[in-house]
Amino acid sequence: MNRKHREPLIHLSKRKELAWQKEWGIRLLAIVIALIVCAVVTVIVTGIDPIGFYKTMVAGAFGTARRRWTLGKETAVLLCISLALTPAFRMRFWNLGGEGQILIGALATTACMILLGNKLPAPLLILIMVLAALAAGAVWAMLPALCKAKWNTNETLFTLMMNYVATQLCAYFIIVWEVPKGSGKIGIINQSTEAGWLPIIGNRYLLTILVVAILTIAMYIYLTYSKQGFEISVVGESEATARYVGIKVSKVIIRTLLISGAICGLTGFLLVSGTDHTLTTTLAGGKGFTAVMVAWLAKFNPLGMVLSSLLLVFLSQGSAEITSIYGLNQSFGDILTGIILFFIIGSEFFINYRLHFRKAAK
Amino acid sequence: MLDLSLFIPRAVMQGMPLLYGSTGETISQKAGNLNLGIPGVMYVGAISGVIGAFLYERSVGGAVGMNPALTILIPMASCLFGALVMGLLYCFLTVTLRANQNVTGLAMTTFGIGFGNFFGGSLIKLTGADVPSITLSATSNTFRTQLPFANTTGVIGKVLFSYGFLAYLGIIISLIAAHVLSRTRTGLHLRAVGENPGTADAAGINTTKYKYLSTCIGCMIAGIGGLYYVMDYMNGVWSNDAFGDRGWLAIALVIFTIWKPDIGILASILFGGLYILYLFVPTGTNLAVKELYKMLPYVVTIVVLIITSMRNKRENQPPASLGLSYFREER
Repeated sequence: MNRKHREPLIHLSKRKELAWQKEWGIRLLAIVIALIVCAVVTVIVTGIDPIGFYKTMVAGAFGTARRRWTLGKETAVLLCISLALTPAFRMRFWNLGGEGQILIGALATTACMILLGNKLPAPLLILIMVLAALAAGAVWAMLPALCKAKWNTNETLFTLMMNYVATQLCAYFIIVWEVPKGSGKIGIINQSTEAGWLPIIGNRYLLTILVVAILTIAMYIYLTYSKQGFEISVVGESEATARYVGIKVSKVIIRTLLISGAICGLTGFLLVSGTDHTLTTTLAGGKGFTAVMVAWLAKFNPLGMVLSSLLLVFLSQGSAEITSIYGLNQSFGDILTGIILFFIIGSEFFINYRLHFRKAAK
Repeated sequence: MLDLSLFIPRAVMQGMPLLYGSTGETISQKAGNLNLGIPGVMYVGAISGVIGAFLYERSVGGAVGMNPALTILIPMASCLFGALVMGLLYCFLTVTLRANQNVTGLAMTTFGIGFGNFFGGSLIKLTGADVPSITLSATSNTFRTQLPFANTTGVIGKVLFSYGFLAYLGIIISLIAAHVLSRTRTGLHLRAVGENPGTADAAGINTTKYKYLSTCIGCMIAGIGGLYYVMDYMNGVWSNDAFGDRGWLAIALVIFTIWKPDIGILASILFGGLYILYLFVPTGTNLAVKELYKMLPYVVTIVVLIITSMRNKRENQPPASLGLSYFREER
């Protein structure tokens, strides 16, 4: 009868705050459902049995000591980039330029290794390399930040474009420095003298992991306990409020992006000097974008990002194993990662909102 | 010297996928959805079309038995369907579940490119060919059917009439999109949703409907861009990762055209030209400089982005609520 004023079937309201156990419970549930869907998709497409699917995935990530170290290193690199992006994200500045900032840091590192290698004592050389990488990354992030602060230029699009400028710049220098001529590759830099290579502690990956571990804690303290960290949160919450309480918004934007870009540059340094010892245009390999998801999944909390970056690296290593064992195309891993991300992204809804179903008529 | 009668047709063909992508993205952005999944959507559109064409070519057993209408319709329909599913997925996550648009878009790009390369790779395996690509020349020939007078009118024919029908369709779609966005009530509502969904909602506009429709239609248009690339530009050859970063370039084009699809027609050709300029500029032995030429489209986009924000003219700004989810009960 009274159709017009019927209550809608589902009514939404925003949740205040959820206990962290419940919050992670929902996320875990989403991941479990996602893994089941992934297994179903894999079975349909390839005919693998589902239990073998999970076993292979775990074995691919944790199976041998070497794989565990790779897992640790990959997690550290991804975590480092996410840490770099986080201060910007907390300010609601969408720095999608991680990719370019890493590359430009790597390029600066490479330039120092090639031009100054063998001319300076090792500690001084490495110090100069670090400084160059930090500065290069910072400059790359600061250009969009300056424009944002001054003219409110859209930072998402600006940082995105800067990635490709950096990529082409790297491509240019790779050809300038190519060894041997005509190969289109730089090859291993300073292979005989190892000038500018980070010293090996324990094994090749340990130093990178340690650096990132220290950085994680430092970033957590910076964001939660320092005055600057607080200013970042206020600007992110509301620029008007920030201005009202006397925070100089443009200064905070530029300062934060300097930090953000510098840490991306540092990641580039770690990759070139610590592990790869060469420069390619695919050095960052999409991690600048993956890190956006890592940071977002952890709600921009540096400690939570340890877990979320571990999860994403586990997924990519695990699915890489599946593709190689069952002779599938490499890209299958991207499909699986995509499916899992969709579920996690969707699950945030149930963390942020509450559903009220219409009560049955009495 | 640059041979224009050679350069312009290449630039146009290079620009058309970008035009489709940017028209689709513009429609989506005007409703406030910053769809960073467009590169993925274009991959999915392309591979869906390829799968459709592949199955059809196989089922009738080669070029002889192929019905020209079906040869066009089947890949088109499967391409539109693939892109539509991606659009629905994006809308469900960002509009209904109010997820972060940047994160959703990036995940869709990962997924879409993976999807394209996986099924592309599987088809290549199916054909058992020696080269890592699929060739659908019969379908492609139908797609590239030229106007009858293209070859008889000299340079003009070459520059203006030598393209397949999808190129002209792309131009028509952008003109229609420009008209609808700026001259009709629907367009006005759509822009209102993109500028301030709260006000639009209060005025009785169904924001959810507009966001879904604009993004899904946008994705379908972008999907055709992927299909054009394979069937027309590449002569029906699919090889993995060949599409490259054109999807991001399409997003750059949206900014470059300051959210106006009709400007996009010329701008996409300009971008196409910039994209392939390095092939035409004599650099001698200095190959490295070519890499710097490839940077041009992005640098130009950045300059335009900065200038529009500096001049701060209201009609040239990004939609005010671009990238934000809308929840009615949020203050």
